Amino acid sequence: MTLAIPEPPSGIAGRLRWALTDAWTITLRAFAHWARRLDELLIGLLFPVMMVLIMGYLFGGQMKVPGGGDYREFIMPGMFAMTMVFGVEATFAAIANDAAKGVTDRFRSMPMASSAVVVGRCVADMINSMVSLVVMVACGLLIGWQWHEGVGNAAAAFGLLLLLRFSLLWMGAFLGLVAKGPESIMAVQILVWPISFLSSALIAPSTMPGWLGVIAEWNPMSATATATRDLFGNPGLTSTGSWAGEHSLLLAVLWPLVIIAVFLPLSVRRYRLLSR
Amino acid sequence: MGSAEFAVAAEGLRKRYGDTQALDGVDITVPAGTVHGVLGPNGAGKTTLVRILTTLTRPDAGRAQVAGHDVVRSPAHVRSRIGLVGQHAAVDEVLGGRQNLVMFGRLYHLDTRTARRRADELLERFRLTDAAAKPVGKYSGGMRRRLDLAASMILAPPVLFLDEPTTGLDPRSRIEVWDAVRALVGGGTTVLLTTQYLEEADQLAGDISVVDHGRIIASGTPGELKSRLGGDRLDVVVRDPADLPAAAEIIGRVGGRGADVHADTRRIDAPVTDRVSALTKAVQGLADAGIAVEDIGLRRPTLDEVFLHLTKEVSA
Repeated sequence: MTLAIPEPPSGIAGRLRWALTDAWTITLRAFAHWARRLDELLIGLLFPVMMVLIMGYLFGGQMKVPGGGDYREFIMPGMFAMTMVFGVEATFAAIANDAAKGVTDRFRSMPMASSAVVVGRCVADMINSMVSLVVMVACGLLIGWQWHEGVGNAAAAFGLLLLLRFSLLWMGAFLGLVAKGPESIMAVQILVWPISFLSSALIAPSTMPGWLGVIAEWNPMSATATATRDLFGNPGLTSTGSWAGEHSLLLAVLWPLVIIAVFLPLSVRRYRLLSR
Repeated sequence: MGSAEFAVAAEGLRKRYGDTQALDGVDITVPAGTVHGVLGPNGAGKTTLVRILTTLTRPDAGRAQVAGHDVVRSPAHVRSRIGLVGQHAAVDEVLGGRQNLVMFGRLYHLDTRTARRRADELLERFRLTDAAAKPVGKYSGGMRRRLDLAASMILAPPVLFLDEPTTGLDPRSRIEVWDAVRALVGGGTTVLLTTQYLEEADQLAGDISVVDHGRIIASGTPGELKSRLGGDRLDVVVRDPADLPAAAEIIGRVGGRGADVHADTRRIDAPVTDRVSALTKAVQGLADAGIAVEDIGLRRPTLDEVFLHLTKEVSA
């Protein structure tokens, strides 16, 4: 069989069409991966649920929320934010693996849009994060968490969570391109844990030693956790009095924008450097 | 540079990484429909050459056309006309073989139906139909390579680059890959192949460029390269290792250009020009010296010898 070689389009519309179909092909590839590895997908989705149960029921009995309120209601916004941060590992692993196995080079030697690899990954990871949010919300509702400030505020809170995830995508992509191989996932995991715990996600910073509480409040994840806690009307809204603690909503928008502004150009540059 | 008759035409390619001059002015032309072997040791610059010709890396200097298009100025046009099989089998290990080929077909902008049909054809042709649904992670090394080859053949590209396609494969898988490459060449594809294995270049390539330290130190057909060594080699195996020095002197005198001694196999070999008289003189000389001979014969030099000779020539 002879095939006509599809010529690269010259117009902007044609190029955009190629870029979109290519990105969608890469997204479908990620879906096919999940279908092949349902066990991994389930573990990924259920791990935060397990964390909620451990924190809510094992630790929860001893925990007192400053200002009063149910500890399980307190941790849910924190767990949502933490789930978004855990997503970095998935983005990192996918990008680092492709680079190490030569798949990235194969893509680069093909007449596909160079943006597709990242855009496709991005769409897939965002869809994955939305599914994990749905699972977590269901889990929260089952253990007595709910939003108290109306659907509008709740939607805004979910928007902030996805914005955090979106910004971390670029961090994951950059680290994946810098890493020598998928084995460095350990380093990313080690990094993710202190970020997750030195935050307002599970413990109110006002109960930490003063300086540590301030650091925790400046943590981008805390900004999102505290801001969404506010938007959902969940308990535990105390602060150490630091600027970051008082302006969590503003920071929950600013931090992701800063992360995008730093890591998006870095990732693009790193990708271009592959042709050095 | 005539682009019509040459599938690959490069001039003065240079590339430097830090202190290493990976390519130091490489000129190479590959006529359409032929197989060109680039032969050299690790670190000679073979992969850098392939990366430049496949648009993955930009050269510091020089220019190259592949399938009639400039690799730096119109990479997209080059990419539609080439296939690349790199040193790693660059396929998705989680997906099945067929899923891989359909995905790559879609990324070559075939519509879904054509991509599927093409995937089935290629699976059949590379004898992977039975393993089509199995995740590639469970494939053998040879199967993975064949899938890799199939993926680079989706558009039936006019030019195919194979960067050490059999490195790390067992002998059986190596022969499988060679057969697959021969079948492609039978279909009119131009192939540029890099290899560290002299046998592989000898088996597959019509023309060979020998690369060392980023430069082409010799090129020609395998036969031409062999004759540069000065014709044939005289091989003698003596019975008693103690006779080796004496025998080496006799054999060296016969050829007039010295002899190499391989003590571990009790073998001596030397380049000779006049086949029959050399053989007669050697037999006579050894008999006169009372040296017992286990085996004696004339043979064509191997590419190994050619390569060692050429690299010695350059460094001298």
